[in-house]
Amino acid sequence: MTTSWDIQIKNLKAGYGDHVVLEDVTGLLPAGAVSVILGGSGCGKSTLLRQIIGLSTPMAGELIVGGQDITRLKAREYRRLRRNMGVLFQDGALLGALTLAQNVVLPLSEHLSLSRQELRNEALRVLRMVGLEEFADYYPNELSGGMRKRAGLARAIVAEPKILLCDEPTSGLDPITAARMDELLLAMNRHFPDMTIVVVSHDLASLWTIADQVLVIREGRSVFCGTPNALKESTDPYLVQFLNRSAESASDEAEAGHAAMDPAVRARVDAWLAS
Amino acid sequence: MTHFFAALGRPVWDALIFMGSVAIFFCQGVQQTVASSRIVQRTLRQIHVIGSQSLFLIVLISLFCGMVLGLQGYYTLIKFGSVGFLGSVVSLSLIRELGPVLTAIMLTGRAGSSMTAEIGVMRISDQIDALDVMDINSVSYLVSPRLVASVISFPLLTAVFDVVGIVGGYLTGVALLDMNQGAYFYRISSSVTMTDVGCGFLKAVVFGLLVTTVCCHQGYFADKRRDSVGPEAVGNATTSAVVIACVLILAADYVLTSLFL
Ligand SMILES: Nc1ncnc2c1ncn2[C@@H]1O[C@H](COP(=O)(O)OP(=O)(O)OP(=O)(O)O)[C@@H](O)[C@H]1O
Ligand SMILES: [Mg+2]
Repeated sequence: MTTSWDIQIKNLKAGYGDHVVLEDVTGLLPAGAVSVILGGSGCGKSTLLRQIIGLSTPMAGELIVGGQDITRLKAREYRRLRRNMGVLFQDGALLGALTLAQNVVLPLSEHLSLSRQELRNEALRVLRMVGLEEFADYYPNELSGGMRKRAGLARAIVAEPKILLCDEPTSGLDPITAARMDELLLAMNRHFPDMTIVVVSHDLASLWTIADQVLVIREGRSVFCGTPNALKESTDPYLVQFLNRSAESASDEAEAGHAAMDPAVRARVDAWLAS
Repeated sequence: MTHFFAALGRPVWDALIFMGSVAIFFCQGVQQTVASSRIVQRTLRQIHVIGSQSLFLIVLISLFCGMVLGLQGYYTLIKFGSVGFLGSVVSLSLIRELGPVLTAIMLTGRAGSSMTAEIGVMRISDQIDALDVMDINSVSYLVSPRLVASVISFPLLTAVFDVVGIVGGYLTGVALLDMNQGAYFYRISSSVTMTDVGCGFLKAVVFGLLVTTVCCHQGYFADKRRDSVGPEAVGNATTSAVVIACVLILAADYVLTSLFL
């Protein structure tokens, strides 16, 4: 069976309860490419990801994954489709009761009957890819946030999915590790030419390195969908500002953001510090 | 007038929704018990958590409970000159009522609350979503093993409670207050019937299912709470799990007792 694992989003509207977060998002995240979803904090990137992995159902619009409109699929059919996805959650979402090695092979150990040794080898293989081999027997809560995120990525790629969805893989990482994550994603892209890789990010440095396709979301609407080169040439003021992080507007905001403390409170703080 | 009915309707409606949701959750748990292939290993772990880790607590509580029963029973019965019946009083009250009920209440505090907290934390930190995305049924991973483990652990711990409680009664009645040892045990064997024991165990099984279902349900839906979000929701879920479970234990106890008598 040859399915193309494009993700096509058409006029998607979604939110939590009555609270609409995504008003109208349209875009194409093509198979065999690395697509980056870009947007400010709280604009609904994680929410969009939750729609794609079927953790909540959209209010309106279409979401076509692997040639099927997933908003119309039955739960059972959707679960079959979802086996082809690997997901890195924003803060890893590793199971606290299992060691890293057990965590990263969970998709394999639960569905296949593999021997202990086979599982261990697979675990070490993917942990080596993210540089956590020596932490295989640690529990997630004994690791730093960045390490948990890398372990989460290891779990997402262990079954070599058709679609890899990563929520902010590089935020909270130092530049060297972040660059290594980018390389890992690019290597995945080279090794599996058909894999759809979707990365949620607001890290501009990694955007230029990894992106083949960019979807920009602003206030619940998609404002841009295309290649990074087209994005560079765009004249939309918001995009220009977002990309340049223009010095003058940033300092303006810093000025606007600063407000002096109430002198009465200030005096008491000083008194407390002196006491 | 309409305000009155609206005010009345809301909580009733919520309660109905809640009961329906718990019932569906329970059915899913049972269904996954049959469907899941890896239930045994996970159940053994939960038996360790619910059962063996609670053993010491149950022994302690039941010993004191039996001793108090012995003491109270002795001084009450002596007024009627029928101290010989102490064995009956202690054993019947333990086996029929106190054993199953107190065991269930202690286990609610000891094991049920930690089920709610653990599952609740998993919910708010996306771990349950991660399970679903990996096509691992979260109910079968989290709830079914606990249900099976409690069906096994609750009756066994209740049996321990009964036996240790009877020993506690013996300690006060016979060892401390010099009652006749033969009379104590003779009264036990002559008054306790197999029906009493069976009903006690049946109660234990029902309480086990109730406690586990309610506690897992509260944790599993910790993110759907209207009163709070985040860690606070897990805390509130734990509180309401313990409260609801304890009330249900006593209500179910009344129903079951009235059915058997
Ligand atoms: N469980 C929830 N219930 C209700 N509202 C939510 C929930 N989760 C997120 N939101 C709201 O949805 C909006 C978008 O959140 P989302 O997590 O998708 O942002 P994001 O783009 O991923 O931001 P970040 O880059 O900081 O991760 C926010 O305004 C937030 O208040
Ligand atoms: Mg996010």
